[in-house]
Amino acid sequence: MCLSIPSKVVKIDKEKATAVVDTMGVQREVGIDFIENEVKIGDYVLIHIGFAMNIISEEEALASIETYKEILALMDEEQKRQAILDGNNCSG
Amino acid sequence: MRLELKNLYDDFRDPDTIKALAKLIYNEAKGLQKPVNIMEVCGGHTHTIMKYGLKQLLPESIRFIHGPGCPVCIMPKERIDHATILARQPDVILVTLGDMIKVPGSRGSLQQARSEGADVRFVYSPLDALKIAKENPDKTVIFFAIGFETTTPMTAALIDRAEKLGVKNLLYHINHVTVPEVMRELIDSRDEHIDSYNNRIDAFIGPSHVSVIAGAKIYKEFPKRYGRPVVVSGFEPVDVMEGVWMLVRQFVQNRCALEIQYRRSVTMEGNLTAQKQIEKIFEKRGLFKWRGLGNIPHSALKLREAYAHLDAERVYADILPVEEIEDHKLCICGDILRGMAEPTECQVFGTACTPSKPLGSCMVSSEGACAAYYKYGDLLK
Repeated sequence: MCLSIPSKVVKIDKEKATAVVDTMGVQREVGIDFIENEVKIGDYVLIHIGFAMNIISEEEALASIETYKEILALMDEEQKRQAILDGNNCSG
Repeated sequence: MRLELKNLYDDFRDPDTIKALAKLIYNEAKGLQKPVNIMEVCGGHTHTIMKYGLKQLLPESIRFIHGPGCPVCIMPKERIDHATILARQPDVILVTLGDMIKVPGSRGSLQQARSEGADVRFVYSPLDALKIAKENPDKTVIFFAIGFETTTPMTAALIDRAEKLGVKNLLYHINHVTVPEVMRELIDSRDEHIDSYNNRIDAFIGPSHVSVIAGAKIYKEFPKRYGRPVVVSGFEPVDVMEGVWMLVRQFVQNRCALEIQYRRSVTMEGNLTAQKQIEKIFEKRGLFKWRGLGNIPHSALKLREAYAHLDAERVYADILPVEEIEDHKLCICGDILRGMAEPTECQVFGTACTPSKPLGSCMVSSEGACAAYYKYGDLLK
C-alpha cells in the first residue's frame, strides 16, 4: 500500500536536491525535486519511493507518529527498519 | 506473528468509524434506482477492500469490480523477458523496484535469473540506481522502470540527475503506464460474450497516489464524456468507505461529477513540478501491451528523442525479441483485469495458481486481485 509515515527533514543539500530525513529513527537521503514550496529543516514530509512528495503540518505529522511509535517499539531494529522502508515502497 | 506497518494506521482503521460509514452508505443506498458497480482502479484499493472485508459491510446494491491498477500485474511477459535477457548480459546490473522479482515471463523471472548468476538488484528508490552506477563504473546499469503516474516523476528525476552528473553507464528500460487510457479502454471495449459489458462499470474509485502527482483533473472526461462519476480516494478503509459513500450520494442525487475524497494530499491540479519533469523526459508511446488486456493506444510513456541514447530498448535492440506472447490459456487474468470475472471464477485459482507458484499476473503481486482473494479469501465464506 502506498502510505508513508511522516518524516522529519534534518539536513538539506539544495545543490543536489536532496535532504536527509528521519523516519522514526531511520535516517536516509531522499530527493526533494518535487516539493513545490521551499522545504526547511524541521518540516515534515511524506516520502514515496525515495522522494519527498509533500510537506504536511507538524500537528498532523506528530499525531500520526504517536500511533506508530507504540507498535514499532515492539519490533527489533531490523524489523523496524524494514517496516519503515516497506511502508513507502509501492511501485503503483 | 510479524507486525506489519500496514496495521498501524489506526486513525483510518477505526472499526466504529468504518461501521458508521457503512450505516450511512446503507441509508443512502435505499435511494438507489438500480445496483451500482464501482470499479476500484488500483490494486491497493482491492487489497484494502479484501483485507478489511469492506464488501461484506456494504448493501448488495453496491458491488466492487476490481480494476487493472497494479503495475506488476499488467506487465506483459514480453517486457519481463526483456528484463531477464538484459539481466543476463555480461557486465550488466539490472535494477528495479518491488514485486517485479517474482513475475514470470516466458523465460522465467528475475528471481530465477538472479539465482543463475545474473546481477539483479531491488531498490527502494530509483535514486539507488544512480549510486549503483557510480559504484560500478565498469558495468552497465539498467534501470527497469515500472509504475503508473505515481512513480514516473521519480524515474524522470533519476534520468535528469544522471545526465547532469555526466553518468554514462546508466540506461533505462521504460515501462511507465498511465491510468486514464486504460479506464477509457475498459469503458470503450466490448466483449463478444457479453453484449456490452461496458455497462458493468457505473463509477470509478480513483487512486489517490496517482493524483498526488497528476492531479484529479486526469479523470475529468469520465463524468463528462462517459457519464461515469469518479471519486479520488485514499487507501485506508475509512478513505475507501467515504469514497463509496460519496459515489452513492451522486447516484441518489442524480449527479455525475469528479470529486476528491483524499483532500489530505490531492488537488485538482496535482504536483506541477513533477508534471513538468515528466514532460521534459517522456513522451507518449503509440501502443503498449497490457498483460491480459492487449495493446492500448497511448497508455504508456517512452523516453523523448533527446534521451534515446539512454534507452535500453534501443541500445540492446538486436537481442530483445519483439514477438507477442500469449498468456497461459487457463488463466483468466484478462477477464479479471477488465472487471468481467472474479478471481474465484478462475479454474486454476488457488490450485495450479497460488502466490508461491503463480500462473497469472493477478496472483503474482501482493496488489493483484487474485493474491488479495487468496490471502483474505476466508472473508468471502
